[in-house]
Amino acid sequence: MTGPLGDIWVYLSATPLLWLTATLVAYLIGVLFFDRLRRNPMVQPVAVAVVLLVAVLMISDTAYESYFDGAQFVHFLLGPATVALAVPLYAQWSRVKRSVLPMAAALAAGSLTAVTSAIGIAFLLGASRESVMSLAPKSVTTPIAMGIAEKIGGLPSLTAVLVILTGIIGAMTATPLLNLMGLKDYAARGFAVGLAAHGIGTARAFQVSELAGAFAGIAMGLNALATALIVPLVIRLIG
Amino acid sequence: MIAALTILLSCQLAGEVFVRLVALPVPGPVMGLVFLLAGMAVRGRVPQTLRDTANGLLSHLSLLFVPAGVGVMLHFERIGSEWLALLAALLLSTWATIAVSALVFTAVARAVGVSEPEDPNGEGAP
Repeated sequence: MTGPLGDIWVYLSATPLLWLTATLVAYLIGVLFFDRLRRNPMVQPVAVAVVLLVAVLMISDTAYESYFDGAQFVHFLLGPATVALAVPLYAQWSRVKRSVLPMAAALAAGSLTAVTSAIGIAFLLGASRESVMSLAPKSVTTPIAMGIAEKIGGLPSLTAVLVILTGIIGAMTATPLLNLMGLKDYAARGFAVGLAAHGIGTARAFQVSELAGAFAGIAMGLNALATALIVPLVIRLIG
Repeated sequence: MIAALTILLSCQLAGEVFVRLVALPVPGPVMGLVFLLAGMAVRGRVPQTLRDTANGLLSHLSLLFVPAGVGVMLHFERIGSEWLALLAALLLSTWATIAVSALVFTAVARAVGVSEPEDPNGEGAP
């Protein structure tokens, strides 16, 4: 590009403004689709946004690093949002307190299932060692999963992508899957989605009810701890 | 809103400092969540501004994952050559995890007598 348009492009591509705005616009387009299609969980705004942004970045020949310079302000909010989960948790506290035993049992079983099944299936289908290690912490929220992957020889940036795909799959399919299983306890449903699909699953659970959302948030936090402990053990066992 | 953001960030900061001080394998923000929960339990109520800000952030939680998700463009080559193994592992493992967690939760809840089905207030559950 040359001329005044080229100058504007040079200016914009050097500030966080452009890609920060683009991230919000792409997400809002996703939300619009979601609302138009009667809030069908198969239309995840995060998936729509990622597809749109990747297309725009590739067409404009923009590197991911330049994009992230702008988008990091959104990324940063993951931390305060995690802290904010305390608010719905407090609102549901009396129900949470009564569910300590079911939560502990589901956490142990679910966390172990997430790690061993991901490693096992990828290994059997011939994925490379790096990919298998990057998959191991896939059910845990992004920053923690990246830390775990780094420790066991995975690729942190690949892990981030696999984590988000896991979240999207969980958010899309949890409702039909749990309906198929005939489970009607929204504490159990929320807990399962938060455990398997971290923050994206938790966002989905909040769309259904505050009760499900609160249990999803707890499961997300607990599974971050459990997976950080389980993954190194499992890796040591299988060598 | 600024007061609420300050509370959230202070809890996160305290959480990050704490997990490093005692070398816990816990993410800082999760520790911050525990601190905020303790604070609300001690005060016995939630300030309206905190409730509004927290609900605002959480109602668009999935937006916050978009920047990391766009990182998929760094891995097209690997995904292209290993897509079947990766896709199968993601789908089957996520489904197995949801199913096992929900079944175990329900079975134990029934055994200790804390489960009554509750209808959600919102939509989305046909």
